[in-house]
Amino acid sequence: MATSGSVPTTPLLKDELDIVIPTIRNLDFLEMWRPFFQPYHLIIVQDGDPTRTINVPEGFDYELYNRNDINRILGPKASCISFKDSACRCFGYMVSKKKYIYTIDDDCFVAKDPSGKQINALEQHIKNLLCPSTPFFFNTLYDPYREGADFVRGYPFSLREGAKTAVSHGLWLNIPDYDAPTQMVKPLERNSRYVDAVMTVPKGTLFPMCGMNLAFDRELIGPAMYFGLMGDGQPIGRYDDMWAGWCMKVICDHLGLGVKTGLPYIWHSKASNPFVNLKKEYKGIFWQEEIIPFFQASTLSKEHDTVQKCYNELAKQVKEKLGGLDPYFVKLADAMVTWIEAWDELNPTASASTETAATNGPAKK
Amino acid sequence: MSVQIEDSEVDIVIAALHPNLTPFLEAWRPFFSRFHIIVVKDPELDSDLQIAPGFDLKIYTKSDIEAVAKSSSINFSGHSCRYFGYLVSRKKYVISIDQDSLPAKDPSGLVTDAVAQHITNLATPATPFFFNTLYDPFRSGADFVRGYPFSMRCGVPCVLSCGLWLNVADYDALTQSVKPNERNTRYVDAVMTVPVGAMMPASGINIAFDRLALGPALLPGVHFTGEGKRRWETLEDIWSGLCAKVVSDHLGFGVKTGLPYVHREGDGTKPHGSLNKESEKVKLLDDALPFFQSVKISRNATSAVDCVAELSGMVREKLGAVSPVFASAANAMDEWVNLWKSVGAQAE
Repeated sequence: MATSGSVPTTPLLKDELDIVIPTIRNLDFLEMWRPFFQPYHLIIVQDGDPTRTINVPEGFDYELYNRNDINRILGPKASCISFKDSACRCFGYMVSKKKYIYTIDDDCFVAKDPSGKQINALEQHIKNLLCPSTPFFFNTLYDPYREGADFVRGYPFSLREGAKTAVSHGLWLNIPDYDAPTQMVKPLERNSRYVDAVMTVPKGTLFPMCGMNLAFDRELIGPAMYFGLMGDGQPIGRYDDMWAGWCMKVICDHLGLGVKTGLPYIWHSKASNPFVNLKKEYKGIFWQEEIIPFFQASTLSKEHDTVQKCYNELAKQVKEKLGGLDPYFVKLADAMVTWIEAWDELNPTASASTETAATNGPAKK
Repeated sequence: MSVQIEDSEVDIVIAALHPNLTPFLEAWRPFFSRFHIIVVKDPELDSDLQIAPGFDLKIYTKSDIEAVAKSSSINFSGHSCRYFGYLVSRKKYVISIDQDSLPAKDPSGLVTDAVAQHITNLATPATPFFFNTLYDPFRSGADFVRGYPFSMRCGVPCVLSCGLWLNVADYDALTQSVKPNERNTRYVDAVMTVPVGAMMPASGINIAFDRLALGPALLPGVHFTGEGKRRWETLEDIWSGLCAKVVSDHLGFGVKTGLPYVHREGDGTKPHGSLNKESEKVKLLDDALPFFQSVKISRNATSAVDCVAELSGMVREKLGAVSPVFASAANAMDEWVNLWKSVGAQAE
């Protein structure tokens, strides 16, 4: 059971966590986050026109990659990284050398809790990742490791140690993450409900993973966090994080890892254009009806005992089972394999080839 | 796909484990007074009940239980007496709240109507096939999030609504011994569907359900020798909830958890004296867990009664040898099905 006692301080993990931010415009939003983000190293992935200079506020420690850097570092494998879509952020996950990643969109600001206090979203994500998850049995008082809570009567004792947490999925106040049709029907709806809970998404359950306010343990699940082929030259957009979330969840379920959702909240300030969104999502809305049953039925076997093996197997299944839905999925499956190859090249393990990984892009300070 | 639930379709079932029901009923009067109430007196309680006037209320006592279930081996004493209320109710929906639980206040200080919230939970669809990260999409101010499959947005009928407790949370005896002073002060403003296939402890302290759809699955299966009247001494609701979730999942229905809260006083006693009894219970759920995680009900079972009849056989076969508690549970489940049918409990 969770222990009582004084509330421990959450470690900063400033040398173990990178903040990955995709951007095409500017990073002014970082000013508001400065008190919380300044101790950390930022990896900025610049999408769009690489000749444009992205202004990073003074005082942040960062490395910045534009499309030219991505092409240079990955060579032909750069084809797996989306262009003109925030999905390019996953390049940042690949080049990071840290254990944890926090990724946030550049239109997300510091939110306030109901008492008016500013929310340190990063601290909450760290708490979520450092505490076990409970995927095998639902605790009705939500996170049993939170101060003031515990496992409820009837929760099996053998499950109270929980599982390692691989992903922490945060939420958004103000502009909610709705799809285009819902945005069009409810253009004025704002999320003002602060739900004071963190919970584990049960094993076997899929959910829509939003990349706006997301943290994960790169060592546990990093290779599964590929954000797919979106944007320029691709038939869909706004399904990057969804795709990563479904692959990730199937793999986490298989490997016995946990995924949390709930706190922390950030303040999402910008509603994207619903007409533009509808064009991007259009095919996805129909394809999803096939994609979800595919993931729900997907199985992995005992031989798939690493994230990379699981992911390559998933890629095979995507090609086999979804390839008929649209040629896009054949391309996507190939890109998934390329992603893993690139990941392994940039992140060699001790037992892998002694060839060193390609160097990071120079930090442009 | 939301339904309209009339007051006349609801029974409030209260298990009277202590004789003075007046403070409880008075506290709940603004929220209970519109409804028919069934009070089931614990057959082991000798004193007469004190009941506040002005309610549309029917009391069932030991003699009623014996008249209906005399030849049954089901133990209707203590917290299990409420199941008799489920058996004799002729309403579609039942709401059941423990006698030590009063209306709760939300963070703004407003007294909340747990009855109305349970009714809302049962009236609006559940979404068990995909987790919505903004929780109940049918609540005002919320919706399905991007990435939620459109074909699943109709949802399915919600047949079980599990509420929560502020103040004295529903902890087992061991946890309470370690944290005797912990109080639940966190009001989590959410209702959510427990996904299909996920197991959960369905505490009976604050619960509501569709009796016609799920009733037979809410059953008095587990009763320990020497079991007392305190919640941390029982697992009847936990067993019942595990069965009910399996049945609900099989029948394609949904189960919600979250709001409403009740303010639970508890009975002020500490569990230290009972810890030696805990060793039996501590292992029980762990022994039953693999069974509930893998159990499959056949396609032939298309009603809750059918499902329970099948489940009891599987409990006997797979768990009967593990502990006599499970063997008794299987018998109790069979008898419950027979009782349910013989008293015409499926009627409205």
